[in-house]
Amino acid sequence: MYVAVKGGEKAIANAHALLAKRGRGSIDAPRIDYPQIRNQMGVLVSRVMAEGSLYDPELAAKALLQAQGDVLEAVTLMRSYRTTLPRFGITIAVDTVGLPSERRVSATFKDIPGGQQLGATFDYTHRLLADELHTPEVATPDVPIDEPMPRVTDLLGADALVERDRPDEGWTDPDPGDLTREPTVFPMSRAERLQALTRGDEGFLLSLGYSTQRGFGNNHPFVGEVRVGEVEVDFFAPEIGYAVPIGRIELTECQMVNQFVGSADQAPQFTRGYGLVFGRAERKAMSMSLVDRTLRHEEFGERIVSPAQDEEFVIAHADNVEAAGFVEHLKLPHYVDFQAELGLIRSLRREFQARHPAEPAEAPATDNNTLIEENA
Amino acid sequence: MRAQEKTADERAVEERRRAARVLAGASHADLAALWAAWGEQPEVAYLRGPEAGLVMVQGRIGGTGDRFNLGEATVSRATVMLHGAGADEASGTSYVLGSHPEHAGLAAVFDALLSAPTQRERVLTDVIEPLEREQTKRDSAANADARSTVVDFFTVAREHE
Repeated sequence: MYVAVKGGEKAIANAHALLAKRGRGSIDAPRIDYPQIRNQMGVLVSRVMAEGSLYDPELAAKALLQAQGDVLEAVTLMRSYRTTLPRFGITIAVDTVGLPSERRVSATFKDIPGGQQLGATFDYTHRLLADELHTPEVATPDVPIDEPMPRVTDLLGADALVERDRPDEGWTDPDPGDLTREPTVFPMSRAERLQALTRGDEGFLLSLGYSTQRGFGNNHPFVGEVRVGEVEVDFFAPEIGYAVPIGRIELTECQMVNQFVGSADQAPQFTRGYGLVFGRAERKAMSMSLVDRTLRHEEFGERIVSPAQDEEFVIAHADNVEAAGFVEHLKLPHYVDFQAELGLIRSLRREFQARHPAEPAEAPATDNNTLIEENA
Repeated sequence: MRAQEKTADERAVEERRRAARVLAGASHADLAALWAAWGEQPEVAYLRGPEAGLVMVQGRIGGTGDRFNLGEATVSRATVMLHGAGADEASGTSYVLGSHPEHAGLAAVFDALLSAPTQRERVLTDVIEPLEREQTKRDSAANADARSTVVDFFTVAREHE
């Protein structure tokens, strides 16, 4: 338990001044400004937006600068900021194939309409640390530039080889629950889980996804498709009367195709996991789709044998703002709490001594110890 | 007759959607320059905003399934009423992603001018079309860059069996 303390204003102000000084670093080097962060550290900016659950590259760049590169601190700044703004409404659901993707690859089919397009990727780089960064010219394409790129899962879906992402009939397009407005209740709908996963910590989801590959839960996944690109956002404003485009956001999508299930009355089909994340976030989208599929065990009657299949374990610990808050609060003054524990352990030890008189007596408190406890 | 009316409505919707897309895709600096070059400006009264807020962006599971909440995005909005300079009582509204209320303010002004019959053509030729050309050019260049990375994988074993 944490009991409030008072005082320390001057030291706290000085600590914040020192923090600012550390953030500035050597004054011989120029200060970097947020447009540089936004432009040159786009993947990091993406992560802050995704985990901050707020799309705004400029704000994310400012948050990173203010947090001196501490990602979780920047994420917390974004989460705090969003609470200061009113919500004007909910957008029309984005269409991830509406605009040409920058990147689109499939690990399941070699020859797909629109082609395998690598886009801006770290894949196939040699991972050798460079002394200087260069920006070579991008070559002119030798393929048609306006070829459509249908979803790979739709190509598979045409022969019913993969499960459809909605029922053939009786689909009502249900309104999803919103974790930012309603209390978290388990078990969740898949839509609520995906909201929690897309704002979840990348490292945590990566490790959970990895655990399913290593045998803690058994997925047999293939990347059906990964896409990175901009989508147009449409918003229905009552004062306009119909939906209009309000801008674009960049997204990363992963369609994970997993080993099949079938039953007496249903032919075997591939199953799916889905990942969709703000910005350039391929690792996160892939991890999300692995964990999404794993958490669907109930739909497919799979045995629960691993942590990644435990919905409450996964969802309740994926949020790094909550996790950091609870872990880091331990460093705040717990003096009163600790005094109570100290009193308790002393009395337990006295009882122990009474039962075991042969054991050496409790070490006498030194002057120092006494002083610490009196001042606490 | 009814069918023709509907087509006219649809055309109006399509035109306003196109203008909204182009105005949202432009930078605030572009809009400010176009507004400064407008010449005889009507008086602008802000009925709402410009103000900053949020929209919750939704996606669909698997791309076309149930909707889910992906996360929020900052948005700015404004509603204006114009007076004088051939745009009496013309009103306009804009919503623009990002934290630049002044961008939304100017987008609303041009949206209002678009609804003024005497100003419509000029908004299209002087504002929407040049901005759209610029944006199309930028998109084509980005798409060409992306298309240069199309790869032809071939499996080494058994390819020619």
